[in-house]
Formats: sequence, C-alpha cells, structure tokens
Amino acid sequence: MGETITFWVLAVVSVGAALGMVFNRKAVYSALMLGTVMLCLAVLYAVQDAPFLAAVQIIVYTGAIMMLFLFVLMLVGVDSSDSFVETLKGQRFWAILAGLGFLALIVLAVGNAVFAPQVGLAQATGQGGYIRSIALLLFTKYVFAFEITSALLITAALGAMVLAHREKLTEKVTQKDLSRARFLGDRPSPLPGPGTYARSNAIDMPALLPDGSVAADSVNRYIARYDVEHDHLPEDPKLAEAIKHTAELDHAPTEAEKDAETNEVTK
Amino acid sequence: MTTHYLVLSGILFAIGALGVLIRRNAIVVFMCVELMLNACNLAFVTFSRQVGNLEGQIIAFFVMVVAAAEVVVGLAIIVTIFRTRRSASVDDANLLKY
Amino acid sequence: MESHIAEIVQHTGGVIGNAWLMIAFPLVGAFILLVFNRFTNRWGHLLGVAMSLASFVVAVLAFFELIGFGEEERRRAVHLYEFIPGMVDMGLLIDPLSISFALLITGVGSLIHIYSIGYMAHDEHRRRFFSYLNLFVAAMLLLVLADNYVGLFIGWEGVGLASYLLIGFWQFKPSAAVAAKKAFVVNRVGDFGLLVGMFIIWTTFGTLTFAELGEKIQPGQTNGTMLAIGLLLLLGACGKSAQLPLQSWLLDAMEGPTPVSALIHAATMVTAGVYLVVRSGAFFFPEGSGAALAVAIVGAATLLAGAIIGCAKDDIKKGLAGSTMSQIGYMMLGAGLGPAGYAFAIGHLITHGFFKADMFLGAGSVMHGMNDEVDMRKYGALRKVMPITFVTFFIGYLAIIGFPLLSGYFTKDGIIETAVHHQPILGWLAVLGAGITGFYMSRMVFMTFFGQKRWADDAHPHESPLVMTVPLMILSLGALGLGAYLVLSNRLLLFLAPAVGRPEELPEFAPFAPSGLATLGLVAVGAIFAWMKYGRAEVPSVQPRGSFLTTFARRDLYGDALNESLFMRPGQWLTRLAVFFDNRGVDGIVNGLAAGIGGSSGRLRRVQTGFARTYALSIFIGAALLTGALLLVGNI
Repeated sequence: MGETITFWVLAVVSVGAALGMVFNRKAVYSALMLGTVMLCLAVLYAVQDAPFLAAVQIIVYTGAIMMLFLFVLMLVGVDSSDSFVETLKGQRFWAILAGLGFLALIVLAVGNAVFAPQVGLAQATGQGGYIRSIALLLFTKYVFAFEITSALLITAALGAMVLAHREKLTEKVTQKDLSRARFLGDRPSPLPGPGTYARSNAIDMPALLPDGSVAADSVNRYIARYDVEHDHLPEDPKLAEAIKHTAELDHAPTEAEKDAETNEVTK
Repeated sequence: MTTHYLVLSGILFAIGALGVLIRRNAIVVFMCVELMLNACNLAFVTFSRQVGNLEGQIIAFFVMVVAAAEVVVGLAIIVTIFRTRRSASVDDANLLKY
Repeated sequence: MESHIAEIVQHTGGVIGNAWLMIAFPLVGAFILLVFNRFTNRWGHLLGVAMSLASFVVAVLAFFELIGFGEEERRRAVHLYEFIPGMVDMGLLIDPLSISFALLITGVGSLIHIYSIGYMAHDEHRRRFFSYLNLFVAAMLLLVLADNYVGLFIGWEGVGLASYLLIGFWQFKPSAAVAAKKAFVVNRVGDFGLLVGMFIIWTTFGTLTFAELGEKIQPGQTNGTMLAIGLLLLLGACGKSAQLPLQSWLLDAMEGPTPVSALIHAATMVTAGVYLVVRSGAFFFPEGSGAALAVAIVGAATLLAGAIIGCAKDDIKKGLAGSTMSQIGYMMLGAGLGPAGYAFAIGHLITHGFFKADMFLGAGSVMHGMNDEVDMRKYGALRKVMPITFVTFFIGYLAIIGFPLLSGYFTKDGIIETAVHHQPILGWLAVLGAGITGFYMSRMVFMTFFGQKRWADDAHPHESPLVMTVPLMILSLGALGLGAYLVLSNRLLLFLAPAVGRPEELPEFAPFAPSGLATLGLVAVGAIFAWMKYGRAEVPSVQPRGSFLTTFARRDLYGDALNESLFMRPGQWLTRLAVFFDNRGVDGIVNGLAAGIGGSSGRLRRVQTGFARTYALSIFIGAALLTGALLLVGNI
C-alpha cells in the first residue's frame, strides 16, 4: 500500500516534471525539472529494492551530471530563453505523432503482457545481503565491463579536456605588464571617484573639483550609460552634461551591435 | 505493480524523445536524452525485481556510468561549438547537407 | 576418274630444304626498308631489286633440284616449325605447281622491280614503294609455297594488305585512297568465303594440310559438304582474281602506279584465285562436279564481261584491266575443266604473266613519255617516237589476241579447245570472247600507236630509259616463245601432272580444229573492225556519247551500280536503322535510366537537410515502426 501511494505520487510528479522540462522556455528551469525527475526516480529505485542504485542515482545524476549541466548553462548564458516557434516543416506534428504512437505501442505491449507475481530480490541477495551481492556480481562476472568503464571514464575526461581546451594565442599578461602599461599611458593615477552628495548618496553623481568644476571620468561609464538610457540624469545641467559626455566618451557596444558582430563571425 | 512502473518508464521515454525532437537548445536536448536513459533504467530496475535477478541493476549501473561519460564529452562539444558560433541551437549546425 | 596425284614426300636439306629463303629475302627487304626508312632512301630501290632477284635465284635453283627427282617424287614438303600447336605445322610444299608460280612471281616480279627503278625515279617515296613491292612478292610466295591452307591464308591476307598499300600508294589522291579501300573491302568478301571454307574443311577432315587432305579425300569424291567447300573457296578465288561477282575492284585498282598494276595483274594477286582453285582442284573441284562447273561458268561469264568492258574504255590501263579480267576468266574456265584444263590454265597464267606485264609496263612507258596521260584518245601515232615500247607492246598484243605461234595462241586456244571438248556452250562463249579480245586489243593498239597525233599541247613523247625498256624486251621474248615451249609436246602438262593429275588422254596440238579456226577468224574480224574504226578512221579526241551498249560497257556493266543498290544502300539503311535504334532505343533506355536515377537521387538528396532533429525524427519513427513490427510478428 505504501509503495502504491509512493508510486502514484512520484509518477505524477515525475511525469509533470518531465513535461515541464520539455516545454519550458528557460534551460535552467528545464535542468531543475530534470533534477526533480531524477530524484523521483531515485526514490522509485529505492522502493524497488535497489537502494544502491538510488544512492548512485542521487550522487552521480543529481550530484554530478546535473551540476555539470547547470555549469555549462551558466557558461553558455543562463538568461536566454528559447523560442518555441518551430522552424522545420512538419517536425512538431510528426514528432508528436511518433511519440504518441511509440507510447501507445509500449502501453499496448506492457498492458497485454501478463506478469507473474514479482519474484523479489530476496532470493537473489540471499544471505550475503544486498550490497555484497551487487559487489560480487560487479567484481566477478562483470569485472571486465567494470574495468572497461574505467577506461571509458578516463577517455571521456581526456576528451572533455581536449575539446574544451582553448589554445592560448598571446603571452599571459602579468601584473608587471599591467603596471608598466599604466605608467606608459596618459593616466598613471586611478580615475577620480564619484562625487557623493548627502542628498543623493549615489555613485552616478560626478565629483566636483575644488574649484567647483565637474571632474570628468569620475562616473563609471557603464553607470553613465545606464543613466542616459534610462533617463536618470540629475537635474543640474552641468552634472547631466558631464554624465552624457562620459557615456559618449567610451561608447560600449549595444546588444544589437553585439549580435551583428557575432553574426559576422559566424558567417 | 510491474505494469505501472513499465508504463511510467514508457511515458518518460516518450516525453524524452519528444523533447529531443522538438527542442532546439542543445543542452535541453541533452537533458531529454538523459531523461530517456533514466526511463530505461527504471525499466531495468523494475524487471530486475520482477524476475528476481540482480543483473538488471548492474546494467542500470553501467548505463549511469556511460551516461556520465557521455554527458562530459557532449557538454564539452557543446561548449566548443558555442565558443565558435555563439549559439547552442542544434539547427544552426546544418552545414553537412546536400 | 583416275587423276593420279603423286604422294607428297618429306624433304630436308638442299635448296628445297631452304626454300623459305625465297619468302625471307623479300620479307627482310621490306622490313629493312620500312624500319630504316629514310636512311635507306638512296639505295633502297636497289636493295628491293636485289632481294627480289635473290628470291628468283633461289626459285631457279629449287626448280632445278626439283626436276632432278623422279616424276613421282616431285612433291616435296619441307617442315618449318609448329605453327599452331597440335593443329597446324607450318611447312612449305615445293611441287611442280608451286614452283611454276614461284618462278613466275619472282621472275616477272623482279623485272617489274627493275622497271620500277626507272618508272618511280621521280617519286620521293620510291623507297617505300619498293618495300611494299617486296612485301607483295613475299606474301604471294608464302601463298603459293605454303603446304597448308592456314599458311596460304596468311599469304592471301598479306597479298590483300600489300595490294591495299600499293593501290593507295598515292594516297594524296582521294580516288587512289578510295580505290585501295574498295579493293580491300571487296577482297574481304572473298576472304570470308575462303575462311569459312577453311573452317568447314577443318571440322570435316580435321586437317588443313594438303598432304593429309590428299590422304583423306578419295579422288573424285563429292557430296554436299565438298560442294559447299568448293563454292566457298570459289568465292575466295573470285575476290582475289576479280571474277564475277567480285570483279569491281580491279578496274579501280588502276589508281595505283603502273608497275603495281603490272604486278597485280601479271605475277601476283589475281593469279592467287586460279592457284587456289587448281591447288584445291583434286580435293574439292573434281572433274565433272558441281563446284568445277561453277568455276567454269564464273570463268566464262567473267571472260565475256571483261572483254565487253575492255571494248569501251578509253583509259589505256582500264582497258588492260578489262583484258586481265577476261584472261583470268579464261584461266578459271580452264581450271574448271579438270586436269586437262589445269595445264592450259597454268600455262595461260604464265604466258599471260609475261605478255600482260609486258603490256602494262609498255602502257606505263607510254604514260611516262606522255606526262602520265592515260586517255588513249590523247595518244595516236606513238610508234615512231617510242619504237621499243611499240614493238614490245605489239608483241604482247599479238600474244594476247592469240596470233598464231605466239604464246597466247597456244595457251588460250588450248583452253578454248578443252572447253569446247568438255563444256561446249562455255567453250563457244570463250571463242566469242576471243573475238572480242581481238577487237578491243586492236582498238587499243591502233588508238595508241597508229592514226593521227592527238597529243595534248604540252606532251613531248619520248622513249623510256633502258632500265624500263630492257624488262619490256625480256618480257616480250617470253610473250613470243614461252607458249610454244610450254604447250608443244605437252611439256607443262607433264611437268604439272604429279601435282594436279594427268588427264585421261593427252591433248594433241591441233591447229586446224574447228574451234581454233573459228577463234582465228573471229579475232581477225575483230581486228579488222577495230582497224576500220580506230586505225583508218579519225578517232575523236573527246569521248563520243555512244550507244546504250557502249555506256553499259563504260560503266563496267553497271557492276558498281548493282553493288551499290544491292548491298551499299540496304547496308546504309541498316546502319541508319541501327543508329536510330541505338540512339533512341538503347541510348534512350540507358540515358533514361541514368536521367531517372540522377533526377530521383537529386530529389532524394533533399532528404539530407543537415538538421540533426530531422534525422533524429526519422530514426525515432523507424525505431517505432520496428517496435511495432516486432510486436506484430513476435507477439511479444
């Protein structure tokens, strides 16, 4: 009875999570949904006399693989959401048809099959206990397969390193190089800090020099640009002018330009 | 009870396949593949209990190991592709055609 | 009939044992001249003549060695080497028949070689010409000396090749090239007959050597197979000897240099057919058989056709070519009459070799003096400017029309009498042919050497150099006396008897037989008629239109037209049909198939979209279908 309740709860949750994974625009959510499914399955393994697998499932899948997925997602860009407009003609229709058809086949086959009462693993584990039995199988009958998996894992690790490795094209820039470049440049000193007024207490306010004039470059250019774009300019025209000037001085590429650049590289 | 597990396994597998077929993001496609592998594992475990034989669990274990290796390499490939193309869409890599 | 042919004796040593030298000399000459071409330009012609003469010397020595044997041992076979292992041994057969031919070929051939030195003196390719002449002689010698049909066939083909090369020697002239091709193609038809005949001989008797055939075939034996072989061999003989219906190449072959014409007509090539018939006579043309009758009929028809053609030709060489056809027709007629005819046929062949070479070379001499003009209507009154040529030509003329006591008189009348005796109808046709011969040869002589000058403005006729006239003199001596020597007291007949058989009763020289008298009378009438028309009367220097009959003769009895409409045009239709079928049918299927596959694969190609998801979809659908199939079949 307990197993039935567990099954039905976890079945609903896992199917829902699986659907959520497939139909979520954001990849991060998809990853989290997949993690949910895996956890559900781990519990189901445990219920089905497979506690070892349940542990492995949690450690390897949810622990390692899912982390790897999330890690890569962060590398690739977490905030991008996928479009759901299908570009391949007929792809979605046929995919759903094939999926449903396949499902129908499986259900038909499984539903038609007449199963004997479950044997259970008590016989198989015997007196040695579950873990011993698993170990016995793994290190006797399947020892070669086990060894080969070790070779596979090493190969995979090497392959991942080779694939993800980036060739260094230039000399590594050391701190010495950086300081030398700074003193050879036109401003050895740090940029002036922003002016912080009591009334605003904000870093987007340019500093004032002792003579009352506005210190150029005292506002970070990204902040300056944000202010210009979002119309957060101060009321004082002098300050506003200085911020605008800073924003235009070092014009960082906008999103559209970035895309154009990327496309060119791709082409 | 076996039937229930198997049908659940089938549903998860079909959902995974559907995801592979309709999602463009390579990472999500990969997740769907993982889902399909997990569905298989469920079936293995279920059958293992059904027939009273531990080997099903052993196989499921190996599937997990292989899946781990596969994910490592696959994600490395995705990262490499993304680095050069700035895109993780499987549809963008379509130069090998007629 | 008891023809009694001597057994063939194996022979080694002596001149006969080395008879292959006869073939080797000219062959080596041709080889040297062809391989070392330009380096031999200065002395090539001398080498050619020397090789031919050397061959002649060997032939003469072999001849004397041969007559040293007893009459029954005069068929000597010389084994050379194993040609086709287990099937054919190459060997030579030196017997009275082959040695007669060898002497004629090398003797007259050498004279023609010598003559060619002068005739071709101004041709820059004289060396090549001599190499071909040598090749011609070598091939012809192989043809007559081989002791089996395979060797004979190799020589036969060699002769065809050499004639092709020589007729087309001036290949820059399209007419010469076409004539060479025509000769080659027409000869192929005959070769086909010979080849198929050989096949049947092989399958029937299992051998192709004359000696073994002689053992296996009973004298006088005939049946359907033998008749077929005989007719096929006759087809081959017709091709080489320019007999009806394969006569058409001979007249066109006049495009070659005149010595070639002399060589083809007198010593080699056209005599090959007669040789084949006589050599095979004991096997496949026994007296009174259908095959022999066919030979005689072909001969009679050709002798008339040739004579008629000869009457209308204004081209001196073509006139002579017509006469060759006619004379070879006589020989074939003789060869179709059994052993009695063989001796006269061979005798006529030998004397004809002399007087025809004499006249051809004489005609060449005339052309040499007349800027290579061949139209007799542009000649006239040449006897004073070319006395030697005139005299020698005139002797040849008297010989060919059968003027009493000259060569042709004995041999040709011998054939006619034998024919009247054996095949009266054909015999009397031959008499008629002799009369026509009298007319057209007289016409030729009168138009060339008598009457008014009708020379072209730039013609300055002159006598030819000695190197050309000496051979003429020697040949005319042969034309004068050879016939009497060979025929009186049946010398040639008795000499040939071991090889070809002896007739039941020896012919007697009967100068006053009715057929002989009739022949003489008709010849005289023809000559007088020719005198009235061409000697005394003015000859128009432009060819008059002529009657229907004249046109008929001028067009070679419409032989070419017949070939054209019977074989060429249907052949062309057939090729056009084949081309059409090939283009539309075969190519259509092939190209259509290719286009269909190309098109469908071009469309199928589109399946490769490059989208991994599409591929995944197809894999998934496939997997689903497979699962379904498994469920259905395995009832899992």
